[in-house]
Amino acid sequence: MLAKRIIPCLDIKDNKVVKGINFESVKSAGDPVELAISYNDDLADELMFLDITASFEKRKTLIELVKEISKNIFIPFSVGGGISDINDIRNLLNSGADKISINTSAVLNPDLIDEAAKKFGSSTIIIAIDVKNINGKYCVFTHGGRKDTNIDAITWSKEVYNRGAGEILLTSMDMDGTKQGYDIKLTNLVAQNVKIPVIASGGASCAEDFENVFNEGLASAALAASIFHYKETSITAIKNYLRTKGIDVRI
Amino acid sequence: MNIINKALKIVIVDYGMGNLNNVKNSFNKIGFDSTITHDFREIEKATHLVLPGVGGFQDAMKELKHKDLIQPIKDAVSNHNSVSFLGICLGMQLLFEHSEEFGNAEGLGVLKGKVIKFNSNIVPIIPHVGWNNINIKKTGIKEFQNIENNSFFYFLHSYYCKPDDDTIVAASCFYYETFTACVKKDNIFACQFHPEKSHDVGLALLKNFVS
Repeated sequence: MLAKRIIPCLDIKDNKVVKGINFESVKSAGDPVELAISYNDDLADELMFLDITASFEKRKTLIELVKEISKNIFIPFSVGGGISDINDIRNLLNSGADKISINTSAVLNPDLIDEAAKKFGSSTIIIAIDVKNINGKYCVFTHGGRKDTNIDAITWSKEVYNRGAGEILLTSMDMDGTKQGYDIKLTNLVAQNVKIPVIASGGASCAEDFENVFNEGLASAALAASIFHYKETSITAIKNYLRTKGIDVRI
Repeated sequence: MNIINKALKIVIVDYGMGNLNNVKNSFNKIGFDSTITHDFREIEKATHLVLPGVGGFQDAMKELKHKDLIQPIKDAVSNHNSVSFLGICLGMQLLFEHSEEFGNAEGLGVLKGKVIKFNSNIVPIIPHVGWNNINIKKTGIKEFQNIENNSFFYFLHSYYCKPDDDTIVAASCFYYETFTACVKKDNIFACQFHPEKSHDVGLALLKNFVS
């Protein structure tokens, strides 16, 4: 059986892993290559790297970092942050990334999704969607959570699916960093409206949160950052728990 | 491990589809040097030839043709005694006669059979992406030495191979339907999953392939 995936996320700023709360304040959490290796050994199913300052700063350091990571880990890894065109995607794939996560650029230029999926295969292209609940409406935010596009998250999810996205990385900005659990309702809504895997993100604090987002949220994968970086729990511990609940995981 | 084994010549065929460095990095990790090339003279010298690949079947065949690699690959594959061949993901699919992708694309035809898409009537999420366990049929082959049945490997694909001859199926996998995960025939081993992305068990398989 296909296992549910647990994906540690490394938010990278100035080549260091950082983690913010509600997308704002950031504090350092360690060396990215070291963390990547430890997650590779702790049964992470994939790794996600988000360069949270990429939109503003030079990207060369990111390429070097991706190369270094790909030499040291033997599980799939995705890179996102500041991807603006086909060239960015090609450069990162050639440096060792397995999948590319696109956020703002996909909203600004949705044709990029079609083009990228056609060029590199749908399975290589993840569309990241940052969502905030504004008066009961799930709105898509861009520019690292700073800009409200006023686009409905479900409508946008269906569109990216139809344009050839291979997976959706769905982040609840409301839950992100709060440790109150994933936004089950949002995840479920998106998962029911597309036929590609949904990776839930934002709010994980304990093994039960993963159980809920897999069972009720219908997520194919769940992403978390701080609970792993600060060793509040381990991926192996979460997987052992999920297995007792009858959820298929890779151990 | 830092011992580089020079008695072997591992060649990774570069035809412009997907990230080949990850395959090379995996061989490095288990102590083997390898060459990424599209030069047929290098391919002729291979003791171990790897055909990886991510992307579209038709584009891949076009690239192989464009780079004049079809005959060198076929020659290597038919050299049963001195070349071990490994096909990974798209590199497995290309070995078959044709694929349903974009109608009916012609493959290398080294193995009899076709490549078909997961049935969207019964499979709710396509592609099949993530870790799935394999049911090993050919337990005695070198590639599966010390690899337990039901081990998890990393898959990422929408199409799978359907060999005419069931007896070449070395392992199967289940994703709403049973499909072929690995084939083994003479000097050919091919897998639908990515051993280079399958953590320790994937590295073990690659090590078995070169040993």
